[in-house]
Amino acid sequence: MAMQQYQTVRFKLNGRDVERTVDVRASLTDMLRNDYRMTSVKKGCEVGECGACTVIIDGEAFNSCIYLAVWAEGKSITTLEGLLGPNGELSDIQQAFVEEAAIQCGFCTPGFILTAWEILESGKEYTDEQLRKLLSGHLCRCTGYENILRAVKKTMYRRLGKEV
Amino acid sequence: MYDMKALYQAKDVADAVSLRLQHPEAHIIAGGSDVLVQMREGKRAGVELISIYGLDELRGVTMEDDGTIRIGSLTSFSHITKDPIIQQYINVLGEAVDQVGGPQIRNIGTIGGNTCNGVTSADSASTLHAWDAIVELTGPNGVRRLPIHEFYIKAGKVDIREGEIQTGILVKKEDYIDTYGHYIKYAMRNAMDIATLGTSVNVRLSADKKTVERARIAFGVAGPVPLRARTAEALAAGKPVSMELAEAFAKAVKEDINPRDSWRAAKDFRMHIAVESAKRAFIESVKLAGGEL
Repeated sequence: MAMQQYQTVRFKLNGRDVERTVDVRASLTDMLRNDYRMTSVKKGCEVGECGACTVIIDGEAFNSCIYLAVWAEGKSITTLEGLLGPNGELSDIQQAFVEEAAIQCGFCTPGFILTAWEILESGKEYTDEQLRKLLSGHLCRCTGYENILRAVKKTMYRRLGKEV
Repeated sequence: MYDMKALYQAKDVADAVSLRLQHPEAHIIAGGSDVLVQMREGKRAGVELISIYGLDELRGVTMEDDGTIRIGSLTSFSHITKDPIIQQYINVLGEAVDQVGGPQIRNIGTIGGNTCNGVTSADSASTLHAWDAIVELTGPNGVRRLPIHEFYIKAGKVDIREGEIQTGILVKKEDYIDTYGHYIKYAMRNAMDIATLGTSVNVRLSADKKTVERARIAFGVAGPVPLRARTAEALAAGKPVSMELAEAFAKAVKEDINPRDSWRAAKDFRMHIAVESAKRAFIESVKLAGGEL
């Protein structure tokens, strides 16, 4: 067997500077779950199809299961834990998921919420068709997607100061 | 954990070339949305990897002094779609790569990776063929440039030589100026699917918009590598814009394509959708160019 190879990775995790020495074979999902206990980052398909492992890297949504942990060097990464307020308050998009019953088992929820966060941060108004396309990198086996779409749409309109 | 033997991370292009020479058996990884998935599947298990993902110098779209558009090989699909130069001059490329996988895949997947894996179904490939794009490779002897149709050797095999990495994709001014195109991806699902057939058409019309000066068409999945339908192109050149021309152009693609039977679709079905897609993409391209039919 080849010699194990390690590398120190410095990055910003949910606004805080962090540093850890990791096995170069680790995926970003592995590092976030095992070294930082960010358990909102789910291991689903592990091949970039289901979206359950989605995190925000420098403002864009990525599947952390097909991303080398060492690529995090110098990046700013946000997981669902990073959306909470200082006293554990839910963010607007999380609250909307509760209100619209956009959750059942909850496995896909962190990923959906982070992709929704990227959509909402653009500050743009999207049609239903555009939102469906922007959310299409996630699989949900419980809710049938309609409630999820409604939660994202509601938050989009709230942020834009418009009526749904 | 991925099953890899070793990881070498390139610091810049020169370092990547030197790593390629030092580790000729190693696989190059750009965004990893193919390589890491194949590693999980066991197809590339236990290999050495050279990561070029960190080379920011290979990201972005720029206009060179002679009007050539340069797309850095590591530019992600989503950045190509959002790029103002692409939107102004080769909008169809931004639209084509906006149909790859899903949103997160389009944030990690690169145009260099999409072409270097040599797959006929790649959503960028047919459009790049239809626009006569040039592939730029950098290796131990400097920079080498070749037309994209020469870059593809056979299914899954492209012309990357010892020590080389792909550093850019170029489209010359004569190939994009006053040219308008449309891409149709035929797939079973709207997202996270691979094209059953990809059709990319572009046209340039005369100043009065009545005559087709040049029409180009390329397909993905109509053969083992992306290919042009030259018979249809020759037929349309210099002809007056009309619905009859759209029909004739579409029928002529059958002379040049050779799709296969696969679990995704039968050969006959691919032939059928190739003709229909060619017609629709031609009509849409003519409309975008300001023509009426």
